[in-house]
Amino acid sequence: MLADKDRIFTNLYGFQDWGLKAAQQRGDWDDTKSLIARGHDAIIEEVKASGLRGRGGAGFPTGLKWSFMPKESKDGRPSFLVINADESEPGSCKDREIIRHDPHKLVEGALVAGYAMRARAAYIYIRGEYIREAETLQAAIDEAYDAGLIGKNASKSGYDFDVFLHRGAGAYICGEETAMIESLEGKKGQPRLKPPFPAGAGLYGCPTTVNNVESIAVVPTILRRGASWFSSFGRENNKGTKLFQISGHVNKPCVVEEALSIPFSELIEKHCGGIIGGKDNLLAVIPGGSSVPLVPAAQIWDAPMDFDGLKELGSGLGTAGVIVMDKSTDIVRAISRLSYFYKHESCGQCTPCREGTGWMWRMMERLRTGDAAIEEIDMLQQVTKQVEGHTICALGDAAAWPIQGLIRHFRPELERRIEEHNAKFAEAAE
Amino acid sequence: MPKVTVDGQEIEVPDGATVLQACELAGKEIPRFCYHERLSIAGNCRMCLVEVKPGPPKPQASCALPATEGQEIRTDSEMVKTAREGVMEFLLINHPLDCPICDQGGECDLQDQSVAYGRGATRYEENKRAVTEKYMGPLIKTVMTRCIHCTRCVRFSEEIAGVDEIGALYRGEDMQITTYLEQAAEHELSANVIDLCPVGALTSRPYAFEARPWELKKTLSIDVSDAVGSNIRLDSRGREVMRALPRINDDVNEEWISDKARYQVDGLSKRRLDKVFMRKRGKLQPASWDEAFKAIAKAKPGKDIAAIAGDMVDCETMFAAKALLKACGSTLVEGRQTGMDYDVSNLAAVNFNSTFGGIETADAIMIVGSHIRWEAALVNVRIRKAVKRGARVFVVGPQWDTTYPAEFLGDDLSVLGELPKHVVEAFKDAERPAIIMGGAALAKGALGAGLAFAESYGLVKDGWNGFNVLHFSAARMGGLMLGFAQKGGLKDIVAAKPRVVFSLGADEMDFEPFADALKVYIGHHGDRGAHAADIILPAASFAEKDGTYVNTEGRVQFAEKAVFAPGDAREDWTILRALADALKVEVGFDSFAELQAAMIREVPALGEEGLAAYGALPKGGSAAKAEGRIAAYPIKDFYLTNPIARASAVMQQCSSELLGGGELAEAAE
Repeated sequence: MLADKDRIFTNLYGFQDWGLKAAQQRGDWDDTKSLIARGHDAIIEEVKASGLRGRGGAGFPTGLKWSFMPKESKDGRPSFLVINADESEPGSCKDREIIRHDPHKLVEGALVAGYAMRARAAYIYIRGEYIREAETLQAAIDEAYDAGLIGKNASKSGYDFDVFLHRGAGAYICGEETAMIESLEGKKGQPRLKPPFPAGAGLYGCPTTVNNVESIAVVPTILRRGASWFSSFGRENNKGTKLFQISGHVNKPCVVEEALSIPFSELIEKHCGGIIGGKDNLLAVIPGGSSVPLVPAAQIWDAPMDFDGLKELGSGLGTAGVIVMDKSTDIVRAISRLSYFYKHESCGQCTPCREGTGWMWRMMERLRTGDAAIEEIDMLQQVTKQVEGHTICALGDAAAWPIQGLIRHFRPELERRIEEHNAKFAEAAE
Repeated sequence: MPKVTVDGQEIEVPDGATVLQACELAGKEIPRFCYHERLSIAGNCRMCLVEVKPGPPKPQASCALPATEGQEIRTDSEMVKTAREGVMEFLLINHPLDCPICDQGGECDLQDQSVAYGRGATRYEENKRAVTEKYMGPLIKTVMTRCIHCTRCVRFSEEIAGVDEIGALYRGEDMQITTYLEQAAEHELSANVIDLCPVGALTSRPYAFEARPWELKKTLSIDVSDAVGSNIRLDSRGREVMRALPRINDDVNEEWISDKARYQVDGLSKRRLDKVFMRKRGKLQPASWDEAFKAIAKAKPGKDIAAIAGDMVDCETMFAAKALLKACGSTLVEGRQTGMDYDVSNLAAVNFNSTFGGIETADAIMIVGSHIRWEAALVNVRIRKAVKRGARVFVVGPQWDTTYPAEFLGDDLSVLGELPKHVVEAFKDAERPAIIMGGAALAKGALGAGLAFAESYGLVKDGWNGFNVLHFSAARMGGLMLGFAQKGGLKDIVAAKPRVVFSLGADEMDFEPFADALKVYIGHHGDRGAHAADIILPAASFAEKDGTYVNTEGRVQFAEKAVFAPGDAREDWTILRALADALKVEVGFDSFAELQAAMIREVPALGEEGLAAYGALPKGGSAAKAEGRIAAYPIKDFYLTNPIARASAVMQQCSSELLGGGELAEAAE
């Protein structure tokens, strides 16, 4: 279990004030000038050495991502940092806690990370439904401006850096990095084609890096305590601490900071008071927010909760939004509800996702009641394969994976329902 | 020049080419819906997926992927086949199976490609999506249930037309393409989205349920509704022209045409002159050709005979008329019906010298007295492209709604002589400066001032001629090449007091000064010219005869005959040839081929398709000054500029609905 002294988010539960004074007492904004004084590349190297992987779901090495940004502007275009606070993935609620209770970690992180990648400003794109959170974050930004921590000559470092808060309007797809950029520009939130990648031409055509809130908020602490400290947690290639968000059928659902690679069982027993009804009552777990395939109880129990460990199980860490389902769950209905979510949130730009998500949801609804034929399970599997990997952005994949996970692990359940349903009608017909 | 391998075949592709273009160079067909050469890349239909190595182990959208050195592209692998089948299935699940009642049938990309790349049977058993109709104006019929969301129409309006009218509402499977607040699409190029639409979502409203593409005879023709000379294809069935479609010609119209060029064709079968008429006791009454010819001969014109050409006549007609008059001893020919009298001693000075393709590359453009959107909608498209590349545009004349940023310098022509400092600098700094003189400027006698402008700002340099005159009569440049111009314009003709005046489809002129002359109208529509005439000889429209046209950039183009003229109407040259017999003179040709040969002997440039060479601009005259205010542009109503359009019910509807619509609707209430 992670020792209290090793926690980055020391006010995760809001026991203390979120304001600047309290944040400074917790160590934020402590001599930020000296962090910046290390220089652009030294910061990037330190973050690379720490092994920090993007906390938004894809797990791309953060330091490496920053190093794609241009070292100097050849044509006068500024660079931008865009911070993704559009946390809309079902099961994820970590960014909300950070913004509510530790917003200064994010604002300071924005400055340090923005400086490292030579960005002129940071745009924080916050989910539209996060109303109070947006107010808190804006207040924190204002506090930081007033204290001279950001803005002109930010933290007396001689570097000018602005932070802007932009509120979304409630579209899941705007959490996709290029859709977020489109939305920031005032357009309809639809993902862009890649290439060009945002590091080449992003916001307003300028080099841009899009990072998750958590990825940015941990940076100042990593710099202060050193890359080796951060990388002392977790397995090789899965370093550091991470906010886990456990929801569903556990006794005490919570958001908790833990070292990566912690076994699932430990996470549940230590922090969540165990599964409701005990270990044997566990049915399945969606370990990384709604977009990843579910993992049945038997496989997940001892699995390490990290990027590679869950990948081996055919799932993924995603945002580490762990959705626990016990045996009272109608698993088909649960996945069908997720299919509805993706159908509802598809932007409609490209064909497979626009047409496929609706088809998949409708078929899931029939499978829920068993009003289908056995062959249709295979057909559904094919349809998910026709969507996966054929779309502009990853929403198509995200819509396909939960269903693939369901078919992989719960096919007998699907067949049982179909048989039961058909038997009932056969009886009625006699 | 990266080298790539397409299905094992190694080819070199130009820098900046996409994988799709590389495949096409290798002779592989790549199915696509959203991709269009002239629009930005959207990459949303996912039909053009191919397998590319190196790259992620999934199919890639070839339209958006740059071709790079050493790529291995496969268009025939199992992965590609499955991907295409999958995408095609998705496109079809919510597409109605109403091909039998769909106007796109037979020329539908979705139909063709589903045969070629689809799976053949459906597995979709849920209900199909239905979408409410969207009103897009009198020209575009919508069946939005058929829409496959390729967004070509959205991109066309935004990028080419420069009008933000069409967009997408909602998201996911509820996404709908619509115009802003479901108002009519109101620009001059709106109907091009019908050609762009790969399915039957946007079809032609006037042409709805009229014909199937395989029933139509296709004739290559030239549009005469303006002086752009758009290349069109006339689709006809029997004796009727059903529709006009653009042909691709990158030098002229790319692949667009204006709504007028497309939809005036229904006017070809309305208000036609299909009989000979003679004015008897003040009224026009049917007569025979013989009577008419006798009456003309009886007038004994001798050499007091004149011919005035209209805006839509071909060069052959004008030449035949000129030859007839010459045989009578007269040179009284004129084509500028409204009385303009600009100097035509040097045709380069009244030509669009930059060419349409060239004006795209201009970096500073001065527009003088031209409402380009109405006078030459497709030239406006070119200027928009130039602006996108960074050109600055200034306009002298009353305000009009440009589709690009432009600065209006007021309507006083004298501003040309005393330009504001920043304008002077813009032209001094420009590498390819240009001026475009419109009809309103020519009417005010500003041609000299324009030439002076060209001289003082160095508009003519190596490989660049920035001096342009923009006409809007299809017959103008051809007429000028054939000498249809008097020094003093129409005034000279009036002063010569001809006894017989031939009007070759001249409908925009004032016949009052010719009250004492015998006015013979040789034309095809019962319009203003016919109303004023004493004798009407029914002739053929542009669709009913072969002919040569010269557009405003001096480009000689041939149009072919699509259908026969109605009733007693004859091709114009045969009428003029018969008149020669009636007047007992020799014109020297008995067939169309002989006529053409004689014409080419006189003006060799008319024998060759392409740009005619007019030589250098005249020197001197830099002291010329322009004065006076341009009160209005000559075109009052874009949709009703010529007799065919005025006869067209569609054009009338557009005029009242799109231009005068608001007022009319209010008045009715």
